[in-house]
Amino acid sequence: MQKGKGMKFVGDSRIKVGPKQTIPKDYSEYPGRTEPFWPNFLLKEWLVGAVFLIGFLCLVAAHPSPLEIKADPNTSGYIPLPDWYFLFLYELLKYEFAAAEYVVIGTIGIPGLAFGALLLAPFLDSKPGRRPTQRPIAVILMLLAVVSVFWLTYESASAVNWEERAEYSVSNMTEVEVDKDHAGYEVYANNCMSCHGDSLQGVPGMAPDLVDLPYDAAAIKDIAQNGIGEMPADMFTGSEEELNQLADFILTASGGEAAEGEGESSGSEDSSEGEDSAE
Amino acid sequence: MLNKIYDWIDERLDVTPIWRDIADHEVPEHVNPAHHFSAFVYCFGGLTFFVVVIQILSGMFLTMYYVPDIENAWESVRYLQTEVAHGQIVRGMHHWGASVVIVMIFLHTLRVFFQGAYKKPRELNWVVGVLLFFVILGLGFTGYLLPWDNKAFFATQVGLEIAESVPFIGTEIKTLLAGDPTIVGAQTLTRFFAIHVFFLPAVLFGLLAAHFIMIRRQGISGPL
Repeated sequence: MQKGKGMKFVGDSRIKVGPKQTIPKDYSEYPGRTEPFWPNFLLKEWLVGAVFLIGFLCLVAAHPSPLEIKADPNTSGYIPLPDWYFLFLYELLKYEFAAAEYVVIGTIGIPGLAFGALLLAPFLDSKPGRRPTQRPIAVILMLLAVVSVFWLTYESASAVNWEERAEYSVSNMTEVEVDKDHAGYEVYANNCMSCHGDSLQGVPGMAPDLVDLPYDAAAIKDIAQNGIGEMPADMFTGSEEELNQLADFILTASGGEAAEGEGESSGSEDSSEGEDSAE
Repeated sequence: MLNKIYDWIDERLDVTPIWRDIADHEVPEHVNPAHHFSAFVYCFGGLTFFVVVIQILSGMFLTMYYVPDIENAWESVRYLQTEVAHGQIVRGMHHWGASVVIVMIFLHTLRVFFQGAYKKPRELNWVVGVLLFFVILGLGFTGYLLPWDNKAFFATQVGLEIAESVPFIGTEIKTLLAGDPTIVGAQTLTRFFAIHVFFLPAVLFGLLAAHFIMIRRQGISGPL
């Protein structure tokens, strides 16, 4: 046999033809318009790929990938959430028959059975007929599985409070340069930091940030001593001088004065409402 | 010139049959969307591979900046996303690609399933394909932790608890993944990094090779 570039191939000639052929009739035996993979078909494939890539890059450009605040094992009240394609497995664990003492059913039992069946599908559904109507059991089971996955994912995702989760996102984080040499910093660290964060950024689900506050020094001192909204009274313990330092520290760090607070974002309006309710 | 180099190599290694095998086969009408538009369902497998290639390339670039260490992991991702030129695009491609590859492999699996294309003689290729599905889910799970943000940390904690619930060997599996039977911390991150960047991709390449060699040996299944 001739070697090299001059070698002749006919169709799928590298698949041996013989009496012991276990491979079904080659598709080239079906009447139709076949075309060579190289270059005709690959050019079309390449076009599909290019269109796909454009769509994909639009998605990437429109939605920057999310990043939440740095992992902090002490974040209280954080509800874990897996990536969306694991939500259906996660949701399964919320059903009574697959939770608590039966959790093995939810974590290993049902998923193991389903994925095991998927893995062994050719051996479970081994009759030669390929049309869906010739193998109703396999097709119905698969449809049921697909519907359950969609349903569980929907149930899980619809129960998530996405707005609350967005509070943890870095893009919603307000950042302030904190002057650690300021006399009030130590007062802040001792009295406020555990709830309002080490740079006034607040703690999601616990306390708001202290950036661009619509209050003047007197109001801040009042809030520190008497609380506001959900903030209880007597969070500040210290001398009058320390209180003055604290108010000055918060005002300089956050850059917000009462006068500047006017006509600003809805966040400050919410805060003013909180003030009303506290009075 | 190029021809002479090719001939020189071909004379010694007989490389022609290798590429002829890939290039020189007929694509049947029933899988060609140019003839029947409904044949677009045959694109899902190729698109899955395409996204896998995107994942490999974008992942390689991400490791140029990423630091697998709990002090710096989050900072490095943040730096990559806010300071590095095109860093947001590269991370965005890797992040969204992880979702798109799941969608595509899901559609590809359904296409093969409902057409009964896994029947004799293609059983083994189906098994390899489902293993690829598992590997890609594993890549998604391990990659989710790497930015070391809050959702990564807490989701991984739950994932490890699920691994722990396996009867008899649960604690061992958890320790293998997390580096410690109870702590999710520095070792967990380095292990997930190693699994995500070395172990699983190695398995992925092997299985992909098997998947493609088998499809070339057997051809695409005929029309229904």
